[in-house]
Amino acid sequence: MSMTEPVESMTEPWDGLAASPSLMRTLPAAAPIVPRNSIAGRSLTAVVAIMTFLASITTGAALMVVSAASDWQAEVGREVTIQVRPTPGRNIDADVRSAVEITRAAAGVVEVRPYTKEESARLVEPWLGAGLALDDLPIPRLIVVKLAAGARPDFASLRQVLAARVPTASLDDHRRWIDRMRTMAGTAIVAGVAVLVLVLAVTVLSVTFATRGAMAANRPIVEVLHYVGATDSFVAGQFQRHFLILGFKGGAIGGGAAIVLFGMTEAANAWLTGTAGGDQVAGLFGNLSIGVIGYLAILLQIVFMALVTAFASRHTVNRTLEAID
Amino acid sequence: MIRFENVGLRYGPGPEVLRDLNFGIDGHSFQFLTGPSGAGKTSLLRLLLLSLRPTRGLISMFDSDTAILSKDGRANLRRRIGMVFQDFRLLDHMTTYENVALPLRVLGKDEADYRAEVVELLQWVGLGERMAALPPVLSGGEKQRAAIARAVIARPQLLLADEPTGNVDPNLGQRLLRLFIELNKSGTAVVIATHDIALMDEYDARRLVLHEGRLHVYD
Repeated sequence: MSMTEPVESMTEPWDGLAASPSLMRTLPAAAPIVPRNSIAGRSLTAVVAIMTFLASITTGAALMVVSAASDWQAEVGREVTIQVRPTPGRNIDADVRSAVEITRAAAGVVEVRPYTKEESARLVEPWLGAGLALDDLPIPRLIVVKLAAGARPDFASLRQVLAARVPTASLDDHRRWIDRMRTMAGTAIVAGVAVLVLVLAVTVLSVTFATRGAMAANRPIVEVLHYVGATDSFVAGQFQRHFLILGFKGGAIGGGAAIVLFGMTEAANAWLTGTAGGDQVAGLFGNLSIGVIGYLAILLQIVFMALVTAFASRHTVNRTLEAID
Repeated sequence: MIRFENVGLRYGPGPEVLRDLNFGIDGHSFQFLTGPSGAGKTSLLRLLLLSLRPTRGLISMFDSDTAILSKDGRANLRRRIGMVFQDFRLLDHMTTYENVALPLRVLGKDEADYRAEVVELLQWVGLGERMAALPPVLSGGEKQRAAIARAVIARPQLLLADEPTGNVDPNLGQRLLRLFIELNKSGTAVVIATHDIALMDEYDARRLVLHEGRLHVYD
Protein backbone atom coordinates (compact mmCIF):
# COMPACT_ATOMS: atom_id res chain seq x y z
CA MET A 1 0.00 0.00 0.00
CA SER A 2 1.24 3.42 -0.81
CA MET A 3 0.95 5.97 1.89
CA THR A 4 3.34 8.49 0.51
CA GLU A 5 0.71 10.67 -1.15
CA PRO A 6 -2.16 12.21 0.77
CA VAL A 7 -5.59 11.16 -0.49
CA GLU A 8 -6.20 13.32 -3.55
CA SER A 9 -9.75 14.28 -2.91
CA MET A 10 -9.14 15.23 0.65
CA THR A 11 -8.98 18.84 1.53
CA GLU A 12 -8.16 20.34 4.86
CA PRO A 13 -7.68 19.46 7.66
CA TRP A 14 -5.75 16.50 6.28
CA ASP A 15 -3.89 18.25 3.49
CA GLY A 16 -0.98 20.54 3.94
CA LEU A 17 -0.12 19.14 7.34
CA ALA A 18 3.27 17.58 7.55
CA ALA A 19 5.23 16.48 10.53
CA SER A 20 8.05 18.90 11.03
CA PRO A 21 11.49 17.27 11.07
CA SER A 22 12.09 18.73 14.51
CA LEU A 23 8.92 17.10 15.86
CA MET A 24 9.98 13.78 14.41
CA ARG A 25 13.36 14.04 16.06
CA THR A 26 11.91 15.05 19.41
CA LEU A 27 9.34 12.30 19.70
CA PRO A 28 9.54 11.12 23.28
CA ALA A 29 10.90 7.71 24.13
CA ALA A 30 8.20 5.06 23.85
CA ALA A 31 5.95 4.99 26.88
CA PRO A 32 5.74 1.66 28.69
CA ILE A 33 2.82 -0.45 27.52
CA VAL A 34 1.64 -0.71 31.12
CA PRO A 35 1.53 2.80 32.66
CA ARG A 36 4.06 3.16 35.47
CA ASN A 37 2.49 5.77 37.71
CA SER A 38 -1.15 4.92 38.11
CA ILE A 39 -3.14 5.51 41.29
CA ALA A 40 -3.95 1.80 41.46
CA GLY A 41 -0.23 1.02 41.14
CA ARG A 42 0.68 3.38 43.97
CA SER A 43 -2.04 1.91 46.18
CA LEU A 44 -0.74 -1.57 45.44
CA THR A 45 2.81 -0.52 46.36
CA ALA A 46 1.48 0.86 49.66
CA VAL A 47 -0.44 -2.35 50.42
CA VAL A 48 2.61 -4.50 49.64
CA ALA A 49 4.84 -2.22 51.74
CA ILE A 50 2.54 -2.32 54.77
CA MET A 51 1.91 -6.05 54.58
CA THR A 52 5.62 -6.84 54.10
CA PHE A 53 6.42 -4.64 57.10
CA LEU A 54 3.88 -6.47 59.28
CA ALA A 55 5.03 -9.88 58.05
CA SER A 56 8.67 -8.94 58.68
CA ILE A 57 7.90 -7.70 62.20
CA THR A 58 6.01 -10.92 62.90
CA THR A 59 8.88 -13.00 61.52
CA GLY A 60 11.39 -11.13 63.68
CA ALA A 61 9.20 -11.43 66.77
CA ALA A 62 8.63 -15.14 66.18
CA LEU A 63 12.37 -15.69 65.74
CA MET A 64 13.05 -13.76 68.98
CA VAL A 65 10.52 -15.87 70.89
CA VAL A 66 12.03 -19.08 69.53
CA SER A 67 15.54 -17.87 70.37
CA ALA A 68 14.61 -16.64 73.86
CA ALA A 69 12.75 -19.87 74.66
CA SER A 70 15.74 -21.94 73.58
CA ASP A 71 18.05 -19.75 75.68
CA TRP A 72 15.88 -20.19 78.79
CA GLN A 73 15.89 -23.95 78.34
CA ALA A 74 19.62 -24.10 77.79
CA GLU A 75 20.43 -21.85 80.75
CA VAL A 76 18.21 -23.66 83.23
CA GLY A 77 19.21 -27.05 81.93
CA ARG A 78 22.90 -26.30 82.53
CA GLU A 79 22.51 -25.84 86.25
CA VAL A 80 21.68 -28.29 89.08
CA THR A 81 21.52 -27.63 92.82
CA ILE A 82 22.56 -29.74 95.79
CA GLN A 83 20.99 -28.95 99.08
CA VAL A 84 22.72 -30.05 102.29
CA ARG A 85 20.42 -30.02 105.30
CA PRO A 86 21.72 -29.40 108.80
CA THR A 87 21.20 -32.47 110.95
CA PRO A 88 22.05 -32.80 114.60
CA GLY A 89 25.22 -34.81 115.11
CA ARG A 90 26.69 -34.02 111.73
CA ASN A 91 29.10 -31.30 110.69
CA ILE A 92 27.38 -29.42 107.88
CA ASP A 93 30.65 -27.84 106.65
CA ALA A 94 32.23 -31.28 106.34
CA ASP A 95 29.14 -32.57 104.54
CA VAL A 96 29.27 -29.65 102.12
CA ARG A 97 32.96 -30.29 101.39
CA SER A 98 32.29 -33.98 100.78
CA ALA A 99 29.38 -33.21 98.49
CA VAL A 100 31.53 -30.72 96.56
CA GLU A 101 34.33 -33.29 96.11
CA ILE A 102 31.93 -35.98 94.95
CA THR A 103 30.23 -33.65 92.53
CA ARG A 104 33.48 -32.28 91.10
CA ALA A 105 34.51 -35.83 90.26
CA ALA A 106 31.34 -36.38 88.21
CA ALA A 107 31.58 -36.22 84.43
CA GLY A 108 30.21 -33.12 82.67
CA VAL A 109 30.58 -30.81 85.65
CA VAL A 110 32.49 -27.59 84.95
CA GLU A 111 31.96 -25.62 88.14
CA VAL A 112 30.86 -26.40 91.67
CA ARG A 113 30.23 -23.45 93.93
CA PRO A 114 29.05 -24.01 97.50
CA TYR A 115 27.21 -21.10 99.06
CA THR A 116 28.90 -19.95 102.27
CA LYS A 117 26.95 -19.70 105.49
CA GLU A 118 26.61 -15.96 104.97
CA GLU A 119 25.37 -16.36 101.38
CA SER A 120 22.85 -18.97 102.49
CA ALA A 121 21.70 -16.64 105.25
CA ARG A 122 21.23 -13.85 102.72
CA LEU A 123 18.93 -16.13 100.73
CA VAL A 124 16.47 -16.31 103.62
CA GLU A 125 16.90 -12.67 104.58
CA PRO A 126 13.87 -11.49 102.54
CA TRP A 127 11.63 -13.73 104.65
CA LEU A 128 13.30 -13.58 108.08
CA GLY A 129 14.84 -10.14 108.01
CA ALA A 130 18.41 -9.06 108.75
CA GLY A 131 20.29 -9.14 112.04
CA LEU A 132 18.98 -12.47 113.30
CA ALA A 133 21.24 -14.95 115.01
CA LEU A 134 21.18 -17.41 112.17
CA ASP A 135 23.56 -19.84 113.92
CA ASP A 136 20.60 -21.12 115.87
CA LEU A 137 18.49 -21.73 112.79
CA PRO A 138 18.79 -24.91 110.74
CA ILE A 139 19.44 -23.21 107.42
CA PRO A 140 20.32 -25.63 104.62
CA ARG A 141 23.34 -24.90 102.44
CA LEU A 142 23.24 -24.83 98.71
CA ILE A 143 25.82 -25.98 96.20
CA VAL A 144 25.34 -24.66 92.67
CA VAL A 145 26.68 -27.01 90.01
CA LYS A 146 27.28 -25.77 86.45
CA LEU A 147 27.28 -28.37 83.70
CA ALA A 148 29.14 -28.33 80.42
CA ALA A 149 27.03 -27.33 77.41
CA GLY A 150 25.20 -30.37 76.11
CA ALA A 151 26.46 -32.60 78.95
CA ARG A 152 24.08 -35.20 80.35
CA PRO A 153 25.70 -36.29 83.64
CA ASP A 154 24.55 -39.53 85.25
CA PHE A 155 22.39 -37.96 87.95
CA ALA A 156 21.15 -41.36 89.21
CA SER A 157 24.60 -42.61 90.17
CA LEU A 158 25.57 -39.18 91.54
CA ARG A 159 22.49 -39.31 93.75
CA GLN A 160 23.44 -42.81 94.92
CA VAL A 161 27.00 -41.80 95.85
CA LEU A 162 25.76 -38.67 97.62
CA ALA A 163 23.15 -40.68 99.53
CA ALA A 164 25.80 -43.15 100.65
CA ARG A 165 28.44 -40.63 101.72
CA VAL A 166 26.46 -37.50 102.53
CA PRO A 167 22.98 -38.65 103.51
CA THR A 168 21.90 -35.09 104.30
CA ALA A 169 22.48 -33.97 100.70
CA SER A 170 19.77 -34.01 98.04
CA LEU A 171 20.27 -33.24 94.38
CA ASP A 172 17.73 -31.23 92.43
CA ASP A 173 18.26 -31.34 88.68
CA HIS A 174 15.29 -28.94 88.11
CA ARG A 175 13.64 -31.60 85.97
CA ARG A 176 10.08 -30.54 86.77
CA TRP A 177 10.93 -26.89 86.23
CA ILE A 178 12.72 -27.65 82.96
CA ASP A 179 9.82 -29.76 81.76
CA ARG A 180 7.42 -26.92 82.46
CA MET A 181 9.79 -24.46 80.82
CA ARG A 182 10.08 -26.73 77.82
CA THR A 183 6.30 -26.94 77.51
CA MET A 184 5.99 -23.18 77.85
CA ALA A 185 8.77 -22.53 75.33
CA GLY A 186 7.24 -25.06 72.95
CA THR A 187 3.88 -23.34 73.25
CA ALA A 188 5.51 -19.96 72.61
CA ILE A 189 7.27 -21.35 69.52
CA VAL A 190 4.10 -22.95 68.15
CA ALA A 191 2.12 -19.75 68.82
CA GLY A 192 4.83 -17.63 67.15
CA VAL A 193 4.95 -19.85 64.07
CA ALA A 194 1.13 -20.00 63.91
CA VAL A 195 0.87 -16.19 64.03
CA LEU A 196 3.59 -15.94 61.39
CA VAL A 197 1.79 -18.39 59.10
CA LEU A 198 -1.48 -16.47 59.55
CA VAL A 199 0.17 -13.12 58.87
CA LEU A 200 1.90 -14.52 55.78
CA ALA A 201 -1.41 -15.97 54.54
CA VAL A 202 -3.17 -12.63 55.09
CA THR A 203 -0.28 -10.88 53.34
CA VAL A 204 -0.44 -13.15 50.31
CA LEU A 205 -4.24 -12.79 50.11
CA SER A 206 -4.29 -9.02 50.50
CA VAL A 207 -1.45 -8.56 48.00
CA THR A 208 -3.25 -10.86 45.56
CA PHE A 209 -6.53 -8.94 45.88
CA ALA A 210 -4.77 -5.57 45.69
CA THR A 211 -3.01 -6.76 42.52
CA ARG A 212 -6.33 -7.85 41.04
CA GLY A 213 -7.78 -4.45 41.91
CA ALA A 214 -4.88 -2.69 40.22
CA MET A 215 -5.24 -4.99 37.23
CA ALA A 216 -8.93 -4.14 36.82
CA ALA A 217 -7.89 -0.62 35.83
CA ASN A 218 -5.65 -2.12 33.16
CA ARG A 219 -8.27 -4.30 31.50
CA PRO A 220 -8.60 -1.98 28.46
CA ILE A 221 -4.86 -2.35 27.85
CA VAL A 222 -5.12 -6.15 27.96
CA GLU A 223 -8.02 -6.02 25.48
CA VAL A 224 -6.29 -3.67 23.04
CA LEU A 225 -3.08 -5.71 23.10
CA HIS A 226 -5.13 -8.83 22.47
CA TYR A 227 -6.98 -7.27 19.53
CA VAL A 228 -3.83 -5.96 17.86
CA GLY A 229 -2.44 -9.49 17.77
CA ALA A 230 -0.32 -9.81 20.90
CA THR A 231 0.16 -13.37 22.09
CA ASP A 232 -1.04 -14.23 25.58
CA SER A 233 2.54 -14.67 26.77
CA PHE A 234 3.47 -11.20 25.47
CA VAL A 235 0.55 -9.58 27.32
CA ALA A 236 1.17 -11.56 30.51
CA GLY A 237 4.90 -10.79 30.31
CA GLN A 238 4.30 -7.04 30.09
CA PHE A 239 2.12 -7.04 33.20
CA GLN A 240 4.22 -9.54 35.10
CA ARG A 241 7.34 -7.41 34.65
CA HIS A 242 5.52 -4.25 35.68
CA PHE A 243 3.93 -5.81 38.75
CA LEU A 244 7.16 -7.57 39.75
CA ILE A 245 8.79 -4.13 39.95
CA LEU A 246 5.80 -2.69 41.86
CA GLY A 247 5.83 -5.62 44.29
CA PHE A 248 9.58 -5.40 44.75
CA LYS A 249 9.34 -1.67 45.40
CA GLY A 250 6.61 -2.16 48.00
CA GLY A 251 8.41 -5.12 49.57
CA ALA A 252 11.68 -3.20 49.76
CA ILE A 253 9.97 -0.25 51.48
CA GLY A 254 8.16 -2.46 54.03
CA GLY A 255 11.00 -4.93 54.56
CA GLY A 256 13.56 -2.10 54.65
CA ALA A 257 11.57 -0.31 57.36
CA ALA A 258 11.44 -3.55 59.39
CA ILE A 259 15.21 -4.05 58.98
CA VAL A 260 15.83 -0.48 60.17
CA LEU A 261 13.51 -1.03 63.15
CA PHE A 262 15.22 -4.27 64.19
CA GLY A 263 18.64 -2.65 63.69
CA MET A 264 17.65 0.24 65.95
CA THR A 265 16.25 -2.16 68.58
CA GLU A 266 19.49 -4.09 68.53
CA ALA A 267 21.55 -0.91 68.85
CA ALA A 268 19.37 0.34 71.72
CA ASN A 269 19.71 -3.03 73.42
CA ALA A 270 23.49 -2.94 73.11
CA TRP A 271 23.48 0.60 74.50
CA LEU A 272 21.34 -0.42 77.49
CA THR A 273 23.39 -3.52 78.30
CA GLY A 274 24.68 -3.31 81.87
CA THR A 275 21.84 -1.15 83.09
CA ALA A 276 19.21 -2.67 85.38
CA GLY A 277 16.42 -2.27 82.85
CA GLY A 278 18.57 -3.56 80.01
CA ASP A 279 19.50 -6.66 81.98
CA GLN A 280 15.86 -7.38 82.79
CA VAL A 281 14.86 -7.05 79.17
CA ALA A 282 17.80 -9.26 78.15
CA GLY A 283 16.81 -11.83 80.77
CA LEU A 284 13.27 -11.97 79.42
CA PHE A 285 13.73 -11.60 75.70
CA GLY A 286 17.35 -12.62 75.14
CA ASN A 287 19.54 -10.14 73.29
CA LEU A 288 16.67 -8.68 71.19
CA SER A 289 18.44 -9.59 67.97
CA ILE A 290 16.87 -11.44 65.08
CA GLY A 291 20.32 -12.49 63.91
CA VAL A 292 21.56 -13.04 60.38
CA ILE A 293 18.81 -15.60 59.77
CA GLY A 294 16.18 -13.00 60.68
CA TYR A 295 17.56 -10.41 58.28
CA LEU A 296 17.85 -13.04 55.54
CA ALA A 297 14.23 -14.06 56.22
CA ILE A 298 13.11 -10.44 55.73
CA LEU A 299 15.08 -10.15 52.48
CA LEU A 300 13.50 -13.41 51.37
CA GLN A 301 10.06 -12.01 52.19
CA ILE A 302 10.73 -8.94 50.02
CA VAL A 303 11.53 -11.21 47.07
CA PHE A 304 8.54 -13.42 47.94
CA MET A 305 6.14 -10.45 47.96
CA ALA A 306 7.44 -9.30 44.56
CA LEU A 307 6.90 -12.82 43.17
CA VAL A 308 3.38 -13.05 44.67
CA THR A 309 2.48 -9.70 43.06
CA ALA A 310 3.90 -10.74 39.69
CA PHE A 311 2.21 -14.14 39.80
CA ALA A 312 -1.14 -12.62 40.80
CA SER A 313 -0.94 -10.16 37.89
CA ARG A 314 -0.10 -12.93 35.42
CA HIS A 315 -2.97 -15.03 36.75
CA THR A 316 -5.39 -12.09 36.40
CA VAL A 317 -4.19 -11.31 32.86
CA ASN A 318 -4.68 -14.92 31.85
CA ARG A 319 -8.20 -14.92 33.32
CA THR A 320 -8.99 -11.67 31.51
CA LEU A 321 -7.70 -13.11 28.23
CA GLU A 322 -9.77 -16.27 28.79
CA ALA A 323 -12.83 -14.06 29.26
CA ILE A 324 -12.10 -12.03 26.10
CA ASP A 325 -11.39 -15.00 23.87
CA MET B 1 -9.61 -15.28 2.07
CA ILE B 2 -12.38 -15.83 4.64
CA ARG B 3 -15.21 -18.35 4.49
CA PHE B 4 -18.13 -18.92 6.86
CA GLU B 5 -20.05 -22.19 6.51
CA ASN B 6 -23.24 -22.79 8.50
CA VAL B 7 -21.95 -20.61 11.29
CA GLY B 8 -24.18 -20.04 14.30
CA LEU B 9 -23.56 -18.09 17.47
CA ARG B 10 -25.37 -17.96 20.77
CA TYR B 11 -24.38 -16.36 24.07
CA GLY B 12 -24.77 -18.85 26.90
CA PRO B 13 -28.07 -20.74 26.89
CA GLY B 14 -29.90 -17.95 24.99
CA PRO B 15 -31.24 -18.09 21.42
CA GLU B 16 -28.90 -17.95 18.42
CA VAL B 17 -28.03 -14.34 17.61
CA LEU B 18 -26.43 -15.39 14.31
CA ARG B 19 -27.83 -18.29 12.28
CA ASP B 20 -26.61 -20.29 9.31
CA LEU B 21 -24.11 -17.75 8.04
CA ASN B 22 -22.72 -18.78 4.66
CA PHE B 23 -20.57 -16.21 2.95
CA GLY B 24 -17.04 -15.35 1.97
CA ILE B 25 -14.83 -12.29 1.92
CA ASP B 26 -12.34 -12.12 -0.91
CA GLY B 27 -9.02 -10.39 -0.86
CA HIS B 28 -9.05 -6.74 -2.03
CA SER B 29 -12.87 -6.66 -1.70
CA PHE B 30 -14.97 -3.88 -0.20
CA GLN B 31 -18.26 -4.45 1.59
CA PHE B 32 -20.66 -2.81 3.95
CA LEU B 33 -22.13 -4.86 6.78
CA THR B 34 -25.46 -3.44 7.75
CA GLY B 35 -28.70 -4.20 9.51
CA PRO B 36 -30.82 -2.78 12.30
CA SER B 37 -29.40 -2.18 15.76
CA GLY B 38 -29.05 -5.45 17.64
CA ALA B 39 -28.99 -7.50 14.44
CA GLY B 40 -25.57 -8.90 15.37
CA LYS B 41 -23.16 -6.71 13.37
CA THR B 42 -20.70 -6.34 16.23
CA SER B 43 -20.94 -10.07 17.01
CA LEU B 44 -20.13 -10.89 13.39
CA LEU B 45 -17.17 -8.47 13.46
CA ARG B 46 -15.93 -10.15 16.63
CA LEU B 47 -16.16 -13.53 14.90
CA LEU B 48 -14.14 -12.07 12.03
CA LEU B 49 -11.58 -10.70 14.53
CA LEU B 50 -11.34 -14.13 16.19
CA SER B 51 -12.35 -12.67 19.52
CA LEU B 52 -15.42 -14.93 19.65
CA ARG B 53 -15.78 -18.59 18.84
CA PRO B 54 -18.85 -19.72 16.90
CA THR B 55 -21.25 -22.09 18.60
CA ARG B 56 -21.40 -24.15 15.42
CA GLY B 57 -20.19 -24.14 11.85
CA LEU B 58 -16.84 -23.64 10.22
CA ILE B 59 -14.84 -20.44 9.88
CA SER B 60 -11.87 -20.63 7.59
CA MET B 61 -9.48 -17.68 7.52
CA PHE B 62 -6.35 -17.32 5.43
CA ASP B 63 -6.52 -21.05 4.63
CA SER B 64 -6.74 -22.05 8.31
CA ASP B 65 -9.62 -23.70 10.14
CA THR B 66 -9.98 -21.36 13.10
CA ALA B 67 -11.53 -24.07 15.30
CA ILE B 68 -8.31 -26.03 15.52
CA LEU B 69 -5.93 -23.11 15.88
CA SER B 70 -3.86 -22.70 19.05
CA LYS B 71 -4.05 -19.43 21.00
CA ASP B 72 -0.80 -18.26 19.44
CA GLY B 73 -2.10 -19.31 16.04
CA ARG B 74 -5.20 -17.16 16.55
CA ALA B 75 -3.00 -14.24 17.67
CA ASN B 76 -0.93 -14.64 14.50
CA LEU B 77 -4.08 -14.54 12.32
CA ARG B 78 -5.31 -11.49 14.26
CA ARG B 79 -2.14 -9.68 13.16
CA ARG B 80 -3.38 -9.93 9.59
CA ILE B 81 -6.60 -8.14 10.54
CA GLY B 82 -6.97 -4.48 11.50
CA MET B 83 -9.92 -3.42 13.61
CA VAL B 84 -11.38 0.07 14.06
CA PHE B 85 -13.57 0.04 17.15
CA GLN B 86 -16.66 2.19 17.51
CA ASP B 87 -15.25 3.56 20.78
CA PHE B 88 -11.72 3.85 19.28
CA ARG B 89 -10.00 2.02 22.18
CA LEU B 90 -6.93 4.22 22.15
CA LEU B 91 -4.72 3.89 25.24
CA ASP B 92 -4.88 7.16 27.16
CA HIS B 93 -1.35 6.97 28.59
CA MET B 94 0.23 6.71 25.15
CA THR B 95 0.65 9.47 22.58
CA THR B 96 -1.07 9.27 19.20
CA TYR B 97 2.24 8.14 17.72
CA GLU B 98 2.65 5.38 20.31
CA ASN B 99 -0.94 4.23 19.92
CA VAL B 100 -0.55 3.93 16.18
CA ALA B 101 2.82 2.16 16.55
CA LEU B 102 1.46 -0.36 19.08
CA PRO B 103 0.78 -3.23 16.62
CA LEU B 104 4.37 -2.96 15.33
CA ARG B 105 5.71 -2.90 18.87
CA VAL B 106 3.70 -6.03 19.65
CA LEU B 107 5.32 -7.65 16.61
CA GLY B 108 8.69 -7.02 18.31
CA LYS B 109 9.92 -4.50 15.73
CA ASP B 110 12.56 -1.99 16.66
CA GLU B 111 11.32 1.60 17.01
CA ALA B 112 14.08 2.93 14.78
CA ASP B 113 12.79 0.68 11.98
CA TYR B 114 9.16 1.77 12.12
CA ARG B 115 9.39 5.41 13.20
CA ALA B 116 9.42 6.88 9.67
CA GLU B 117 6.59 4.59 8.57
CA VAL B 118 4.35 5.58 11.49
CA VAL B 119 5.08 9.28 11.00
CA GLU B 120 4.29 8.96 7.29
CA LEU B 121 0.96 7.27 8.00
CA LEU B 122 0.05 9.87 10.63
CA GLN B 123 0.73 12.60 8.07
CA TRP B 124 -1.40 10.74 5.54
CA VAL B 125 -4.39 10.70 7.90
CA GLY B 126 -3.75 14.33 8.82
CA LEU B 127 -2.39 13.79 12.32
CA GLY B 128 1.16 14.91 11.58
CA GLU B 129 0.93 17.73 14.09
CA ARG B 130 -0.86 15.65 16.72
CA MET B 131 1.70 12.88 17.06
CA ALA B 132 2.74 13.80 20.59
CA ALA B 133 -0.81 14.47 21.79
CA LEU B 134 -2.53 12.13 24.23
CA PRO B 135 -5.95 10.74 23.19
CA PRO B 136 -7.93 12.66 25.85
CA VAL B 137 -7.06 15.94 24.10
CA LEU B 138 -7.88 14.70 20.59
CA SER B 139 -11.21 15.55 18.93
CA GLY B 140 -13.60 12.76 17.95
CA GLY B 141 -12.49 12.91 14.33
CA GLU B 142 -8.81 12.84 15.31
CA LYS B 143 -9.39 9.85 17.56
CA GLN B 144 -11.19 8.08 14.73
CA ARG B 145 -8.32 8.71 12.32
CA ALA B 146 -5.77 7.59 14.94
CA ALA B 147 -7.79 4.40 15.43
CA ILE B 148 -7.84 3.83 11.66
CA ALA B 149 -4.09 4.47 11.44
CA ARG B 150 -3.47 1.94 14.22
CA ALA B 151 -5.64 -0.59 12.40
CA VAL B 152 -3.69 -0.30 9.13
CA ILE B 153 -0.12 0.36 10.29
CA ALA B 154 0.84 -3.34 10.20
CA ARG B 155 -0.56 -3.57 6.63
CA PRO B 156 -3.39 -5.99 7.39
CA GLN B 157 -5.05 -8.01 4.65
CA LEU B 158 -8.48 -7.34 6.17
CA LEU B 159 -9.73 -4.13 7.76
CA LEU B 160 -12.83 -4.24 9.96
CA ALA B 161 -14.53 -1.02 11.04
CA ASP B 162 -17.40 -0.89 13.51
CA GLU B 163 -19.63 2.15 12.90
CA PRO B 164 -16.63 4.31 11.92
CA THR B 165 -18.86 7.28 11.08
CA GLY B 166 -21.20 6.90 14.03
CA ASN B 167 -19.61 9.65 16.09
CA VAL B 168 -18.69 12.16 13.38
CA ASP B 169 -20.53 14.71 11.26
CA PRO B 170 -21.57 13.76 7.67
CA ASN B 171 -18.69 15.71 6.12
CA LEU B 172 -16.09 13.92 8.18
CA GLY B 173 -17.96 10.66 7.55
CA GLN B 174 -17.46 11.12 3.81
CA ARG B 175 -13.78 11.85 4.28
CA LEU B 176 -13.35 8.72 6.38
CA LEU B 177 -15.16 6.68 3.71
CA ARG B 178 -12.71 8.01 1.11
CA LEU B 179 -9.89 6.98 3.40
CA PHE B 180 -11.26 3.43 3.53
CA ILE B 181 -11.69 3.40 -0.25
CA GLU B 182 -8.06 4.46 -0.70
CA LEU B 183 -6.93 1.74 1.68
CA ASN B 184 -8.99 -0.78 -0.29
CA LYS B 185 -7.42 0.42 -3.53
CA SER B 186 -4.02 -0.21 -2.01
CA GLY B 187 -4.96 -3.88 -1.51
CA THR B 188 -6.71 -4.24 1.82
CA ALA B 189 -10.09 -6.00 1.99
CA VAL B 190 -12.51 -3.77 3.89
CA VAL B 191 -15.62 -4.55 5.92
CA ILE B 192 -17.47 -1.50 7.28
CA ALA B 193 -20.27 -2.17 9.73
CA THR B 194 -22.77 0.67 9.59
CA HIS B 195 -26.45 1.47 9.59
CA ASP B 196 -25.80 4.81 7.89
CA ILE B 197 -27.74 4.45 4.62
CA ALA B 198 -26.41 7.78 3.32
CA LEU B 199 -22.85 6.58 3.76
CA MET B 200 -23.55 3.35 1.86
CA ASP B 201 -25.18 5.31 -0.94
CA GLU B 202 -21.90 7.21 -1.35
CA TYR B 203 -20.08 4.16 -2.68
CA ASP B 204 -21.29 1.29 -4.76
CA ALA B 205 -20.09 -1.78 -2.90
CA ARG B 206 -21.20 -5.23 -1.87
CA ARG B 207 -23.69 -5.22 1.01
CA LEU B 208 -23.98 -7.84 3.72
CA VAL B 209 -27.32 -7.31 5.42
CA LEU B 210 -28.05 -8.93 8.77
CA HIS B 211 -31.67 -9.42 9.63
CA GLU B 212 -32.95 -11.48 12.56
CA GLY B 213 -29.64 -13.28 12.82
CA ARG B 214 -29.47 -14.26 9.16
CA LEU B 215 -27.19 -12.75 6.55
CA HIS B 216 -28.33 -11.65 3.10
CA VAL B 217 -25.63 -10.82 0.60
CA TYR B 218 -26.23 -8.24 -2.17
CA ASP B 219 -23.31 -8.25 -4.59
